[in-house]
Amino acid sequence: MHNVVITGVGAISVLGTDHESIAHALYNASCGIIADETRRSNGFRSVLTGAIPNFDASLHLNRKQRKSMPEFAQQAYVALMQAISQAQLPEELIKSEDCGIIFSNDSTAASAFALAEEKRLQGENTSLGSGHIFKIMNSTVSMNIGAMLGVKGASWTVSSACSGGLLAVSQAVDAIRLGRQNVMLCGGAQELGPEGVCAFDGLSAFSVNLDPKTASRPFDKLRDGLVPSGGAAALVLESEEHAKKRGAHILGRILGTGYSADGQDLVVPSHQGIALAMKRALKDAHLQAKDITEINAHATSTIVGDISEAINIYSVFGDACPKVMTLKSLTGHEFWMSGASQLVYATLMAQRGFTAGTPTFSEGDEHTKNLPVLQKTLSQAPKRMLCNAAGFGGSNACVIVGYHE
Amino acid sequence: MDISRIIEITNTALEVEFELDPKKLVPEAHIRDDLGLDSLDIVDMVIVLEKAFQIKLTNKKELSTLFTLGDIYGFLETIRDSNIDQE
Repeated sequence: MHNVVITGVGAISVLGTDHESIAHALYNASCGIIADETRRSNGFRSVLTGAIPNFDASLHLNRKQRKSMPEFAQQAYVALMQAISQAQLPEELIKSEDCGIIFSNDSTAASAFALAEEKRLQGENTSLGSGHIFKIMNSTVSMNIGAMLGVKGASWTVSSACSGGLLAVSQAVDAIRLGRQNVMLCGGAQELGPEGVCAFDGLSAFSVNLDPKTASRPFDKLRDGLVPSGGAAALVLESEEHAKKRGAHILGRILGTGYSADGQDLVVPSHQGIALAMKRALKDAHLQAKDITEINAHATSTIVGDISEAINIYSVFGDACPKVMTLKSLTGHEFWMSGASQLVYATLMAQRGFTAGTPTFSEGDEHTKNLPVLQKTLSQAPKRMLCNAAGFGGSNACVIVGYHE
Repeated sequence: MDISRIIEITNTALEVEFELDPKKLVPEAHIRDDLGLDSLDIVDMVIVLEKAFQIKLTNKKELSTLFTLGDIYGFLETIRDSNIDQE
């Protein structure tokens, strides 16, 4: 089995569109959530959403390339190019059979809405144009970017709702560990527009807090729902020997991965499910719970979901729980992107020597009050971090990353 | 509509749709080899020309015989009387 390391990260996020702006937002606990009043007239119960500042895909992709890519796939491309640039991956390596791509995505609703409208207007299918088919498929990210970059190895998409970002990374890790690929491009992408989340809003799952900066408050007793968000996050993973051989700078090490399914309910997480994923990741990493120094929690700010994760965390860590990061307080819930983005954010923190705090947490409820949620940013890098993700259908994922080890 | 107007409308439509250098839009330019259009682009090329000239082209069997811009200009000229709105 090969060791797997991180050599590049990137993101187009509600926190920023490059390493420095995102790190600055994380350090200063600067929230990327806004109140978009157009959502109210669009039938939404909640006006809250993440908002990406100043992203212009035309600076990176030409019209033909954009034609077959929804905006989140374009963001994934730019995020990935940031990661590739940081990893200093040569073009011939990306184009070789040694390199693969696996991304998480589980909807492309805005594209489907657009196709339905075009079909209504045009009637004839021959008048629909060439782009729609490649935009309406879940695999749009891996399909478009894989072909564009000339990837010759693995090329597919993981769809498992909000655990997908971490599971895409986990599959990429496995491909390297097994020696099937030397380099993997991986991550997750999430559409940000109203089309993708309108039905979710219909479940009354979103916060209706009037202040967007305090609306997403994971584990806090005043939380009233999640805030929808999106963008794209990307990582370059390599086998350790491959990275060392080409002189790449190692940003972090994947120490273990684990997954599980609740096997129980579509939306209500079980009190045992993600604990199993955490235990499997610990076993995979040959670590014990006491060895973990930070938990990068899934923590979406829903009432029921946060209770379940807290109970799962207690069952694994007991009274010796390490400090808990809840980054969705700043980003909102990035759904299919979220697990991958949490790894990207943590890697940016590790490079700069801090751990982001959660300013919206003041006091937990009866189930979450004993969690040591990190409220203020620490001038100390994450060290041995366990990262959680959980999705609809009870799909759970956990990845443990070591920094500066 | 005279041939110069057909050329102007065609070139403008293709330049915008495919971000082409206008200097490359000469009658002898090969659609695939010189302008770099692939099979998906040609699907869209037919649609943008339909919109530009307000005509239906998708069922015309002559489409498969068009290789250069000059071929396209000539094809559009041959059907102008029956399809293209006179200016």
